[in-house]
Amino acid sequence: MSEHWSMGLKELFAEAALRALDDAGAEGFDSLYVANMCSAPLQGQLHLGAMMANALGARGVHAARVEAGAASGGVAFHEGVKAVASGFSDCALVGGVEKMSDGLPEQVAAALAMSEDQEYTAYTGVTRVGLNALLHRHYMDRFGASAEDVAMFAVRSHEHAVGSPHAQYPFKVSVDRIIASPMEADPIHMLECAGVGDGAAAVVLVPAEGSGSNVEVAATSVATGSYYLANRRDLLTFDAVREASARAYKMAGVAAGDIDVLEVHDDTTIIGVLSIEDLGFAEKGKGAAFVAGGGTTRDGEVPTNTFGGLKARGHPLGATGLYQVGEVALQLRGDAGPCQVGGAGVGMAESLGGLGSTCAVTILRRA
Amino acid sequence: MSVPRYWRETKYRYRLIGERCKGCGSVFFPRNEVCLDCGSREMEECGLGDSGRVVTWTVVRSPPAGYEKYAPYVVALVELDGGARVLSQLVDVEPEQVEAGMRVEAAFRRVKEDGDSGIIEYGYKFRPVIE
Repeated sequence: MSEHWSMGLKELFAEAALRALDDAGAEGFDSLYVANMCSAPLQGQLHLGAMMANALGARGVHAARVEAGAASGGVAFHEGVKAVASGFSDCALVGGVEKMSDGLPEQVAAALAMSEDQEYTAYTGVTRVGLNALLHRHYMDRFGASAEDVAMFAVRSHEHAVGSPHAQYPFKVSVDRIIASPMEADPIHMLECAGVGDGAAAVVLVPAEGSGSNVEVAATSVATGSYYLANRRDLLTFDAVREASARAYKMAGVAAGDIDVLEVHDDTTIIGVLSIEDLGFAEKGKGAAFVAGGGTTRDGEVPTNTFGGLKARGHPLGATGLYQVGEVALQLRGDAGPCQVGGAGVGMAESLGGLGSTCAVTILRRA
Repeated sequence: MSVPRYWRETKYRYRLIGERCKGCGSVFFPRNEVCLDCGSREMEECGLGDSGRVVTWTVVRSPPAGYEKYAPYVVALVELDGGARVLSQLVDVEPEQVEAGMRVEAAFRRVKEDGDSGIIEYGYKFRPVIE
């Protein structure tokens, strides 16, 4: 995850996909899902399924692009699991790729806002960060949380990114420095936002039996919520997160308390806080204090964003959900290096599209 | 921006028209074919009214393409007196003067320009009510 000036969509995707195939010892695959959000506005490129199948030298395979805003990666993973679990596919390669550094800042802002209704939401000139900011301010107003408490989410993400081999910003950032950084969309400071960068991530899915893998998919689920902030029952509750996680917990036969390692979608700090709450790790209104109090550190109740999350690992949109799933798998395998959480047996990833209007939840388990 | 694409929304944007469910009375903006509260397909157009209060707000400082010359600008979630909520820019006010609960009213304003030769888009923005 970086600004890969010398690499295009194809090169980025192929590097991650070939590494995933080698890691799995897979000789080939029969289904390919390519998660991507912004190749159309930023590169003028569509039809990524066939493009990436060709890039990998895979003739004849089923291939398609999956787009669900910034939840594209999590949703693509869900589609891959369905293909293998149903028997339609013997081996699915699911990868995500995003090349954001090709756009000027205002082009990237417009591309990100394409996850919202162009006629009534993006039309107002609001940005994705601006929408998050509406919730951020309302959260502080309603629950009396301080700016510092909410900003602690970014502090934690940066702490965890130290030593992370693929993080974009692998260094610590103090809460004072975050609060002193310029406003991006009030009350959100620049250092509370995921940056812009390029990245790709991929995983290989096969039937558990006879796979030799020590990580299995315990659950995947995708749920949608109101597409408009104005129509929400409660502005500070993501119904899609509650629904998707409830289904995933039921499918996996676990509860929030059983999760040993967690990846959440902190595209800005408040979204990480609301995610912690709606996934069931803290009561509504108490997520920021939970994070500030150490609940999400590597030794805390639920180690969260253990490679830096969106904030510090980076947020290459369509690829982000697959970074998350890959990172949870590395934790369960014991291959997380300096980011390793001790004794992780069950891990979860949460991927969001738009202002929480799509949520994909994945639960993995050590087999 | 194509002319039909702009034209088909003008009625709703110029006059703040949404849809009300004939079954349960819930009002939605923008209009929706199906009631999001009760699932009824019996919907009718309705005016939303033009005054309300600010629920929450932000200041966009890194604008998307097409909005650069207006930045920084305030975007607010407004709750209208009739109960519907609308996302809108807030104008005729400095960002530091905005506060939650502030009374605002709809105004007809230029929203953006589609280059030098394209159409000029108009629509609703909100402004503070002068008491």
